[in-house]
Amino acid sequence: MNWNRKDLLGLRELSIEEMNFILETAGAFKQVGTREIKKVPALRGKTLINFFVEPSTRTRTSFELAAFRLSADVINISASTSSLTKGETLKDTARNLEALHADILVLRHGSAGAPQFLAQRLKSSVINAGDGAHEHPTQGLLDIYTIREKRGKIEGLNVVIVGDILFSRVARSNIFGLTKLGAKVTLVGPSTLVPREFEKLGVTVSHKIDEVLPQADVVNLLRIQHERQRKEYFPGIGEYTTLFGLTKERARLLKPECLIMHPGPINRGVEIDSEVADGLQSVILDQVTNGLAVRMAVLYLCGGISS
Amino acid sequence: MSATIIRNGRIIDPANKRDEVGDLLIVDGKIADRSQLSTLNSQPDEIDARNLVVCPGLIDLHVHLREPGFGHKETIASGARAAAAGGFTTVVCMPNTSPAADNPATIAWIRDRAATTACVNVLPTGTISKNIAGEELAPIGSLGRAGVVAITDDGHCVQNHELMRRAVEYARMVGLPVLDHCQDYNLVGNGVVNEGYWSTLLGLPGWPAAGEEAIVMRNILLAELCDHPIHCQHISAAGSVGLIREARTRGIKITGEVCPHHIALTDEAIQNFDTNCKMNPPLRSKADIDVILEGIADGTLSILCSDHAPHAGFEKEVEFDQAPFGIVGLETELGLFIDLLVHKHRKIDIKRLIEMYTIEPARLLQLGAGTLSVGAPADMTFIDPDLEWTVRVDQFESLSRNSPFDGWKLKGRAVRTIVGGKTVWKL
Repeated sequence: MNWNRKDLLGLRELSIEEMNFILETAGAFKQVGTREIKKVPALRGKTLINFFVEPSTRTRTSFELAAFRLSADVINISASTSSLTKGETLKDTARNLEALHADILVLRHGSAGAPQFLAQRLKSSVINAGDGAHEHPTQGLLDIYTIREKRGKIEGLNVVIVGDILFSRVARSNIFGLTKLGAKVTLVGPSTLVPREFEKLGVTVSHKIDEVLPQADVVNLLRIQHERQRKEYFPGIGEYTTLFGLTKERARLLKPECLIMHPGPINRGVEIDSEVADGLQSVILDQVTNGLAVRMAVLYLCGGISS
Repeated sequence: MSATIIRNGRIIDPANKRDEVGDLLIVDGKIADRSQLSTLNSQPDEIDARNLVVCPGLIDLHVHLREPGFGHKETIASGARAAAAGGFTTVVCMPNTSPAADNPATIAWIRDRAATTACVNVLPTGTISKNIAGEELAPIGSLGRAGVVAITDDGHCVQNHELMRRAVEYARMVGLPVLDHCQDYNLVGNGVVNEGYWSTLLGLPGWPAAGEEAIVMRNILLAELCDHPIHCQHISAAGSVGLIREARTRGIKITGEVCPHHIALTDEAIQNFDTNCKMNPPLRSKADIDVILEGIADGTLSILCSDHAPHAGFEKEVEFDQAPFGIVGLETELGLFIDLLVHKHRKIDIKRLIEMYTIEPARLLQLGAGTLSVGAPADMTFIDPDLEWTVRVDQFESLSRNSPFDGWKLKGRAVRTIVGGKTVWKL
């Protein structure tokens, strides 16, 4: 197929063909990572700006490395070093970056819709690296890539996503991507963080993890985001672990081939026991490696359009 | 002596239960009896109103004119021109200015500015609490003496029920109705859009209907306790309509108003993060709209208004959750309401619509306006209920353009606005 999007804003807007095309492209780039010279000239002469208004280490590093491996020139801008702190609007900051001939803008922002906002106003490619509680499409794609790599398919799999779904962009991108590809998605967590409204997105909502785990083909655990939450949402970390944590005991409910995933950063002993995170079923580090390949694919495809 | 005669209009004057084709005489800025025609010493000017509705000048009791403090969004002069272009001869401006209209000096400034620059009648409101902070009562008695027609903390909501109770009791003594923006801060939190499918899908913080309904209920209880009118502003939620309906059947002095955007659009409109669809309270669901329409049809919701909330382009052109709430409405509200209520949904006729813009707000605010009685100021609006037109924000008289209705094709609009006998705007 021909790729014709300059931006990657979310998985909701992508067709099945487009998602598959990114994943296939990622497969090719994954090979590059195994070579002695891990670099290709695909984006040579292009400028990529990592514009992270909200802090991130893992995603930013992954995008940075992906861009290096495609031979792009990369600069990183964080909120504290940008003129946003001087009262400049997002639009003006971004237009200034474009005036410096930035070809690709990778945006992490606390406001849902910020990447859409910029994509409508800039000729540069805009890649969403996480916008508020809305979407984190490259995370969704790398999760899907990892599942398909390990299980050979997506269709028909029972994927259980556990945790703070309400505030999670990772959950939304996974929901949009996985349901489109035919997985059966179940969301598990406290009723305050997994409201029933989510069922309208074509998923099942459960508040009883022990009933859900035995059927799971994949369990994706999300971090409890203390920093985002008001205290009304749940009584405390201890109770969360008691009701929803993937403890050693609970992990025994899982089928042996069930994958355990986590987008990181992990809070060991909170949403997942340390031994489980490091156990044989865990593919957490594969996710990180695959993230690099997926981001190379996204930058390559979208970056090729913006020229 | 100046005189004008308006010929052959369909005169709809709900205050006098009049609906007939006829002529209206204006002498020296006031409505005159037709018998005076023979005593005039010169030929009166004539205006042909054939095929048009001629009604008392419309009143919008909920607008933000932004002065003092935010003249880059709107001025009293530009807001008044927008009002005239929308068919309004009287507007009631909200007190969330800078400084807030919480003191007689600011009220005097607004009235002076209106007298010297506005082409329509501008009636100020004062705040309920000092600096709209919801902590201490504003000098409500002094505000009354300075000429406010009501008190409100619009844009904000007094959360302390005890303070609100005392405000209502005190307003009763002063003789001022209380207008309230109904929003429970704890329930709403940092919500920016209706809590529901779209907030869930888009990951935007939800503003639950219960956040409005809880305060509507509070206001019903206080209106009953204090035996004094409380008017609930911009009703958006189905539950609020049921509460108000029930309370009104018990004779409680509670009223509710509707803005056109809450019946023209649902929260589906936010899916592209268009900040011109961000208002407070937020756009809600089709089910809410259906109940609001029924509330309008059965008289539960008795007043129509715009919540005209101008913002500069650069202020709205930001991230969705960081954009200010509100849209301009003066120049689209009449067209939207005629189109939706009279033509499309057939919930009310043009006569009732005029009542909801004239005698209903006039009764609540105890104004002399909203009638074509002999001796009343000759404030009137000519309406062509069947005129088809297209909204063009770039032609607005308002300084601001923040409207989600650009390009909408509507049926019905004002074609002439007369204030004190003078045509201040004409299509």
